Amino acid sequence: MNVANSEGYTTADGRKIGGVLMEMKNITLRFGGVKAITDISFDIREGEIRAIIGPNGAGKSSMLNVISGFYVPQEGEVWFKGYKRGPMKPYQVARLGIARTFQNIALFDGMSVLDNIMTGRLTMMKSGLLSQALWWGGAQREETEHREKVEKIIDFLEIQPIRKTPVGRLPYGLKKRVELARALAAEPKLLLLDEPMAGMNVEEKEDMSRFILDVNDEFGTTIALIEHDMGVVMDLSDRVVVMDYGKKIGDGTPDEVRNNQDVIDAYLGVAHD
Amino acid sequence: MARDATTGELQSIPALLARNARDFGAMPAFREKEFGIWQSWTWAQTADEIRSMALGLMTLGIERGDHVAIIGRNRPALYWSMVAAQMCGAVPVPLYQDAVAEEMAYVLEHCGARFVICGDQEQVDKVLEVQDRVTGIDQIAYLDKRGMRKYDHSHMNALADIAAEGRAAHYRFDAELDARAAELTYDHTCVMLYTSGTTGKPKGVVLSNRNIIETSKNSAKFDHLKRDDEVLAYLPMAWVGDFIFSVGQAFWTGFTVNCPENASTMMTDLREIGPTYFFAPPRVFEGQLTNVMIRMEDAGRIKKRMFDHYMEVARRVGPAILDGKPVSGMDRFRYWLGNVLVYGPLKNTLGFSRVRVGYTAGEAIGPEIFDFYRSLGINLKQLYGQTEASVFITQQPDGEVRSDTVGVPSPGVEVKIADNGEVFYRSPGTFVEYYKNADSTASTKDAEGWVATGDAGFFEEGTGHLRIIDRAKDVGKMADGRLFAPKYVENKLKFYPNILEAVVFGADRDMCTAFINIDLTAVGNWAERNNIAYASYQELSQHPQVLETVAGHVEEVNKSVAADPMLAGCQIHRFLILHKELDADDGELTRTRKVRRNIIAEKFADLIDALYGGKDEIYTETEVTYEDGRKGKIKATLTIRDAKVERPAERMAAE
Repeated sequence: MNVANSEGYTTADGRKIGGVLMEMKNITLRFGGVKAITDISFDIREGEIRAIIGPNGAGKSSMLNVISGFYVPQEGEVWFKGYKRGPMKPYQVARLGIARTFQNIALFDGMSVLDNIMTGRLTMMKSGLLSQALWWGGAQREETEHREKVEKIIDFLEIQPIRKTPVGRLPYGLKKRVELARALAAEPKLLLLDEPMAGMNVEEKEDMSRFILDVNDEFGTTIALIEHDMGVVMDLSDRVVVMDYGKKIGDGTPDEVRNNQDVIDAYLGVAHD
Repeated sequence: MARDATTGELQSIPALLARNARDFGAMPAFREKEFGIWQSWTWAQTADEIRSMALGLMTLGIERGDHVAIIGRNRPALYWSMVAAQMCGAVPVPLYQDAVAEEMAYVLEHCGARFVICGDQEQVDKVLEVQDRVTGIDQIAYLDKRGMRKYDHSHMNALADIAAEGRAAHYRFDAELDARAAELTYDHTCVMLYTSGTTGKPKGVVLSNRNIIETSKNSAKFDHLKRDDEVLAYLPMAWVGDFIFSVGQAFWTGFTVNCPENASTMMTDLREIGPTYFFAPPRVFEGQLTNVMIRMEDAGRIKKRMFDHYMEVARRVGPAILDGKPVSGMDRFRYWLGNVLVYGPLKNTLGFSRVRVGYTAGEAIGPEIFDFYRSLGINLKQLYGQTEASVFITQQPDGEVRSDTVGVPSPGVEVKIADNGEVFYRSPGTFVEYYKNADSTASTKDAEGWVATGDAGFFEEGTGHLRIIDRAKDVGKMADGRLFAPKYVENKLKFYPNILEAVVFGADRDMCTAFINIDLTAVGNWAERNNIAYASYQELSQHPQVLETVAGHVEEVNKSVAADPMLAGCQIHRFLILHKELDADDGELTRTRKVRRNIIAEKFADLIDALYGGKDEIYTETEVTYEDGRKGKIKATLTIRDAKVERPAERMAAE
């Protein structure tokens, strides 16, 4: 497989992966004197599932925050859809087509599942405050359209039974799914998942894996994810970036990464002599 | 045939569909909740969809007599695919969607299905898993497209694509399809359903158009089903009841079939639809009642008192009002007020506001559960049936409903009781044969068409209602020749919340005795409320007050058993409470929680000896298997209690 080819490549299961969607060039991120990320470069291609793995404190979440635009690196460039990206506000990032889920669930507990997912479409709503408040004209039509999209996502993630349930009452695994639904509601080009399987049991992990694959397959969404569960990562991803102490120590298909000596050392530890 | 004259040309489901589309095409036929909204299809639209599907199947080369397996949850398109298959002269075979791949392989091989129509990816995967072992499968179709993109589609199609292809190809196949639909008669197979087969391999029950349509016609008339009735289709499509309700009666009467959004939204969908004709197994009614009671426990004081007061009124006069019996004006007023304040809102919450006819069947329903719904004014009735009869053998007419009978023979059904008590029936709904199993057909159905049910029962004197007492093979005789029906008594005992399980002994003995299992949740709850400390199940089970309570239950059961002269011998003279819960892991129950009598009798032989030996106490050791597979021993000293028995009137006179 020639990954470097700008035309993209074909995965083992026959999916066509397109050109570069996002490229990180020589990223370095510092918090005061602490270097969280040191000179990392990699790309994310259209339609692929890209994982970022590494031991605790390797800088994975920082990397995701750089991708999402929440952190601005001191050095290096972020290219998205062929344009160099400058510092941005979160809503600008959302409008660019990047959505994310959080490691610690960040939903509105008092609101229903449906309302939570509707917030995912906020950047796409155009009608003004007055029209929305009066529920008249454009606002009504608009809400119907958005509701339709949201219902499709509810159907897709099989959460119909909890549509009207307040999120605060849901178990953890379902909250994670609602968060994914909200991210999907924004119809993102690039979906960032921060530890989507954390704290789940085996069955919930299986469900979540299936949904991630289905999202990628059905909507063609590019997915970048951070995950600790090695089995899940190796099964799901097309390509994996491995980080350790803020540096990139491996990059390639799951098989390549698995056999990379630096990666094995980072995970299993190595005697320094 | 003379009987066919009344139905005229309407000798198949496709013919009924054509009539419905012609006579009342704008009425709703199917609804399904999808994307949060109830989508509906009129009879005309349904006819169009089914025809397109049938044409599509023709393009795939479906032949007369092919078997088409259908696997999935209740969805309009899957019902349509069954009728589409019939239209092409093929035979639909709905399968249980929760069947594991192994069972599915057996059935698919046995019926030789050429086409398999799956609800979603999960079902497709199962079929693909067994495909190398099953020879006949030619084409697979699926309804839900999700996740299906990457599959090899050389012999696979989305159902919607099949229908689209059918629409495009209609010039080529219209004539052929019309010809095939027109040649369907009462003698053609309508559907083939596999019985779940508690013993041995599942059997394919072949039901003809005559079976299904005659039965639907008779039963629809019996309950005055109308075109504007609504049903909720949520029970497995492979079950004969669902086929009769959602296809047979629906196409005959023209009422609307509503499909829930998802298996777990059933209760919400039930409330939104408010069906007028409803069927549920007893556990659904039990579950709903428990929910109501738990929520009432948490309700405020005023609400709770209001609920308790009006439920008392309802229990007293509700059933009488429902049955049209005389009730005083004051009570009528009280009931009316109760309806405004309690019953109405409660029925609305349960989704039963509009139920005109409700049925339960399958197993015994607790009388207090049954009475609860009846007292609310819900016309809940019981029926007795089986797959081989196209459901209906007996059912309860309006106004003659009781929890302990299963009603009078359904219209067109003849019922007789054999000498050993076994119930036989003969009806227009009687199945044609077991597919590829002449031996079983011959041993179940005799030359005159009488079918053995395998259940023992009797007709009650005076009312003419049938009462089922037990499986025929479990019914025995006591030493003095009186009838011994253990399950009948066990069911009565199990209706008490404190009793989880009961095993009655008495075959070839001079009296009946019983093992009782207490229900730890119910009894534990009671102990907590009464400040009774206990360290283990065993200790609680032998607590004198628990024994006293259970003795009370046993004596009440004895009283009710004694009321039946035939079964009076089954009263329980002595009982003990077991020191452990009967468990499938120890082989005492089947995986579906049915008591395995012989194994229990063997394992606890010492206890049975003690029951019949007149002892007051017995020390015993029992081997148990823990969940991780380790084995251990439980030692206990059990108290044996005598219970008061009633003497039937005629016997007293004779002695």
